[in-house]
Amino acid sequence: MSNPRDSDLGPLERSLRNLEGPDAGAWERVRRQLSERAGAEGLVDVSFERHDSPLGSILLGATDAGLVRVGLPAEDEDAVLCELAERVSPRVLAGSRDSVTRARRQLDEYFEGARRSFDVPLDWQLTRGFRREVLRATALIPYGRTASYREVATDAGSPGAFRAAGTALATNPLPIVVPCHRVLRSGGGLGDYRGGSQAKVQLLGLEGAA
Amino acid sequence: MPPFERVVELHGPALLRYCAAQVGTERAEDCLQETLLAALRSYRRVRDVGAIRSWLFSIAANKAVDLHRSHARAPHPVEDLAPLGATGEPAYRDDALWSKVRDLPEKQRQAVTLRYLADLSHSEIADVMETSQEAARRSVFEGLKRLRKEVTL
Repeated sequence: MSNPRDSDLGPLERSLRNLEGPDAGAWERVRRQLSERAGAEGLVDVSFERHDSPLGSILLGATDAGLVRVGLPAEDEDAVLCELAERVSPRVLAGSRDSVTRARRQLDEYFEGARRSFDVPLDWQLTRGFRREVLRATALIPYGRTASYREVATDAGSPGAFRAAGTALATNPLPIVVPCHRVLRSGGGLGDYRGGSQAKVQLLGLEGAA
Repeated sequence: MPPFERVVELHGPALLRYCAAQVGTERAEDCLQETLLAALRSYRRVRDVGAIRSWLFSIAANKAVDLHRSHARAPHPVEDLAPLGATGEPAYRDDALWSKVRDLPEKQRQAVTLRYLADLSHSEIADVMETSQEAARRSVFEGLKRLRKEVTL
C-alpha cells in the first residue's frame, strides 16, 4: 500500500498533512524526560552521547559495565548505532551515563594536552579472543610512544600473527581510549586507522610522537 | 532490530502530533512519554521490523484512551474536563483546522490523523484501530467529508 503523494491530494488533505501541532520545544522536552525516566527504570542497555572534539564529533556508547564503543568522526553514526543494537542490545538510547560523563571530561583533558591516559571502566564485549589480547597489549603503549604491528602481536602472545593484529586494531571498538593510533608499520609507515589517516596523524602530533 | 534511538527519531514527531490530536496539546507530551516508555519496555519482544510503526501507534492509541479515563476520574476543575474540545488550548499556527480535527468523532479523528498527520497506510491504520482495511478507509473518508463541510480553505 503506497502512501499518498502530495500531487494526488486535494487542498484539505494537503492542509492536514501540513498541520504543525506541538512545537519543537515539546519534542525536546519529551526526549529529555524519556532518557531520564528510561534510564531510571533500567530500560536502557546502551546509552550514548556525542562529544565535540578537535577531530570532530565523537560518539561515546556505554553499558552498565562501562564504555563499550567510541565512534570516531569518520565513522557513520547510524552504522555505529546499528552495530550496538545488533551486538549488544537494541535498547540503545541517547542519554548520559557515569562512564560516558567521565570519558567526555577526560577526552577534553586529553585534547588539551593535560591527560596522558584514560581512567574509565571499559566494557570489552565487542571484541574477543586474540583481538582482545591485541587491544589489551595496545592499551599498555605509553603516551607519546609507538609500537609496530609485530610488537603488539608479540605482546599478545603470537609474534607471527601481525596481520591478525592489524585486523584487531582496524576493528578496535574503543579508539583513542585504547590507543591503536600508536601502532605503526615496522618501517615507520603510518598504517591504517579506523578514523582515517588524518586523524591518526593528528593524535600522534598531539602526543608529540609524529 | 534497529536501535531504539532510531525508532524514536523516526516516528516520535508524528506520534507527538497524533497524541496532540487525540488528547489535546497539554497532555500530548505525557501521552507520548508513556507511549515511548511502554514501547521500550516491550521492544525486545518485537519480531516484525516492518510492523514497528503500527505497533507504536497502537500503543499511543491505548495511552490516549488511558489518559481520557484517568482524566475523567480525577477531580479536575470543570473547565479542564472537556476531553475532546479544543477550547482553552494553546493555539497552533493552523488553529482553525486543528480544532476541527480535534472535534471529529473519535473513529474519524483517529483515522484521519493516522492517515494524514502520521502518514500511515490504510492497512496500518486498520491494525492500529483493530478493524478491517475497508472500515479504516471508510472512517478516513467520513472524516474528510465532515471536515470539508466545516472548513473553508
